[in-house]
Amino acid sequence: METQTWDTIIKPKRSLLSVNLAEVWKYRDLLRMLVLRDFVTIYKQTLLGPIWFFIQPIFTVLIYTFIFGEFAGISTDGLPKILFYLSGTVLWNYFADCFNKTATVFKDNQNVFGKVYFPRLISPLSIVVSGLLKLGVQLLLLLGFLLFYHFFTEVQLKIHLELLLLPCLIILMAALSLGLGMIITSLTTKYRDLVFLLQFGIQLLLYATPVIYPLSSVPEKYQWIIILNPMTSIIETFKYGVLGTGIFSWFNLTYTLLFTIIILILGTLIFNKTEKDFMDTV
Amino acid sequence: MSDIAIKIENLSKQYRLGQIGTGTISHDLNRWWHQVRGKENPYLKIGERNDRASISNSEYVWALQDINFEVNQGQILGIIGKNGAGKSTLLKILSKVTGPTTGTVKAKGRIASLLEVGTGFHPEMTGRENVYMNGTIMGMNRQEIKSKLDEIVEFAGVSRYLDTPIKRYSSGMMVRLGFAVAAHLEPEILVVDEVLAVGDAEFQKKAIGKMQDVSKNQGRTVLFVSHNMASVKSLCHSGILMQQGRIVFDGSIDDTINYYLKEENQKFKEKGGIEWKDPKERPGSEDFQLKKVFTSTNREDFKSVFSNEDKIFICVETEVLNELRNMRLNFRLLDKNDVVVFTSSSHSNEKSIKETGLYQYTMKIPANLLNHGTYFIELQAGMPGVKQILLNTKVLSFDIEKLTDSGTTHSTILPGVIAPTIEWVIKPNYI
Repeated sequence: METQTWDTIIKPKRSLLSVNLAEVWKYRDLLRMLVLRDFVTIYKQTLLGPIWFFIQPIFTVLIYTFIFGEFAGISTDGLPKILFYLSGTVLWNYFADCFNKTATVFKDNQNVFGKVYFPRLISPLSIVVSGLLKLGVQLLLLLGFLLFYHFFTEVQLKIHLELLLLPCLIILMAALSLGLGMIITSLTTKYRDLVFLLQFGIQLLLYATPVIYPLSSVPEKYQWIIILNPMTSIIETFKYGVLGTGIFSWFNLTYTLLFTIIILILGTLIFNKTEKDFMDTV
Repeated sequence: MSDIAIKIENLSKQYRLGQIGTGTISHDLNRWWHQVRGKENPYLKIGERNDRASISNSEYVWALQDINFEVNQGQILGIIGKNGAGKSTLLKILSKVTGPTTGTVKAKGRIASLLEVGTGFHPEMTGRENVYMNGTIMGMNRQEIKSKLDEIVEFAGVSRYLDTPIKRYSSGMMVRLGFAVAAHLEPEILVVDEVLAVGDAEFQKKAIGKMQDVSKNQGRTVLFVSHNMASVKSLCHSGILMQQGRIVFDGSIDDTINYYLKEENQKFKEKGGIEWKDPKERPGSEDFQLKKVFTSTNREDFKSVFSNEDKIFICVETEVLNELRNMRLNFRLLDKNDVVVFTSSSHSNEKSIKETGLYQYTMKIPANLLNHGTYFIELQAGMPGVKQILLNTKVLSFDIEKLTDSGTTHSTILPGVIAPTIEWVIKPNYI
């Protein structure tokens, strides 16, 4: 009897470490469909359609230029304000969007999750992958502005070789937002307080990230606080690569990498533990 | 035996009642502290059997308790029971939507569950895209779907609309498309909830036919949960009956249904009437309550067994506690298989405003209408479009005894839900 082989075994709560990545791989076509769904449906029945991809960052940058640049007079390292804010905003938006959406993944998908089983990890993964489209389009916008400034103005831009790190930076941001989002969404199934924390938390985090100011303008004795934020080195590296100003440091980048790996592992474990019985608590 | 497709051992599921939130953190910490010291989870010991009606003082409740059964390959198992008996919880565990508290489920092959048709459908996407979406959610890969796309579309009968967003579909088309995808999943084990309740009769027939086909010709195993005894009976081979989270009967489908109905009927074998003396026990709401219901031949004495030649009076005594507008009392007569024989409403006899006070309703069922057997009376009251003031409640049953002999030498029981006296005229040489 006991020699019989079973293909499916359902047991009470798996141990914390049993993350079934092979199963996630088996469902890769679902990931693909979810991403496709986001592409197909995101701007359906809107008047301006994909133009929204441009409107959002352009308006954000305009506001930043007036408020922080003109009124408050915060330094932009001598760069044209638009380029400075745009480069930071584009990356930051990707991170914030992914974080926001993955942080509500259980809540947003309870209908589907309550009806059918698939590895739940697919859902947050599809969010960070879908976000790449918007990021890509906005990076093109940035490229447009860079070319404009290069050919039609006197501004001297130095592009550094570190720009080649961009794909790594994007992967880092995706992993970081994924990890953080999964932790938050897992905890919110039981403790809703975190929803409120998250709403202004991301907003506040923006001010602890050198998006609207350069890291170099932060007084030396406070810089370590800003550097503790793992997003800092990502944004600074990007600005250093694409605009030629900013602080590039392998040490800071390695810190971000380690931080991200730990968060991602932690997030995956917590998420995996939660997915098993979240239907009973959500 | 090597042909067991699914084996369930000591399966239990505990739920926490009431508000989740305050107090969870202390329970979580306590649970964790016990775990650290290698002790048993302290909250697993408490918990009561799941009985919706009784008010329990424990916060924890067992939705499923010690479930053990096996299903052989190619078999169709029907799972029946009252609302809240644990059927859906069992299905949820089988479909991995939620985990068990203790026990294991072992299965051979892929389990696909149909707790809903068309999961993941997005209204803005086309039929074709949604087939892929729904298919991949249920665990198929793109290649599989591609090779079956034509079959699926044909089964659903929506080929003309394949590239139209499904928000333009009728709801029937959407259900058909969803079921078509599920039907082509080809899992070794298919778990089906009452999804068939939607869709028209033709589609239901098609769906049941497909399930029979899947089990008979392809040797797949089906677990089917339903309240509809007729479809369970026609589809399933064996059955289990669940009550308060436990299996109380396990056998052939006919035996299971009979046992269930007998159990159910036992409660109604009153002496032809019930009276609720305690106002707290009366069925109804804060606006309207039932006080007494009985069946009778003379509107006074309780009677539960009638001859088919008797007129049957159904008397319902009620109290209106708040003034009601456009209220109506509806009455359904059900046969022993829960088939509705007819429905009748007080609608045309009610005044539009009903003041507080006592009201007696008397309904007369004409003689020579009902067939031999047991019938149930179900009452419901409400103000259409406003609210329900009495949910559908089975209150009473009565029996019709053998048809009396009328000229024939031996009495026979004719098949049929009713047995009205039909007038026959036979003319010889009619030209």
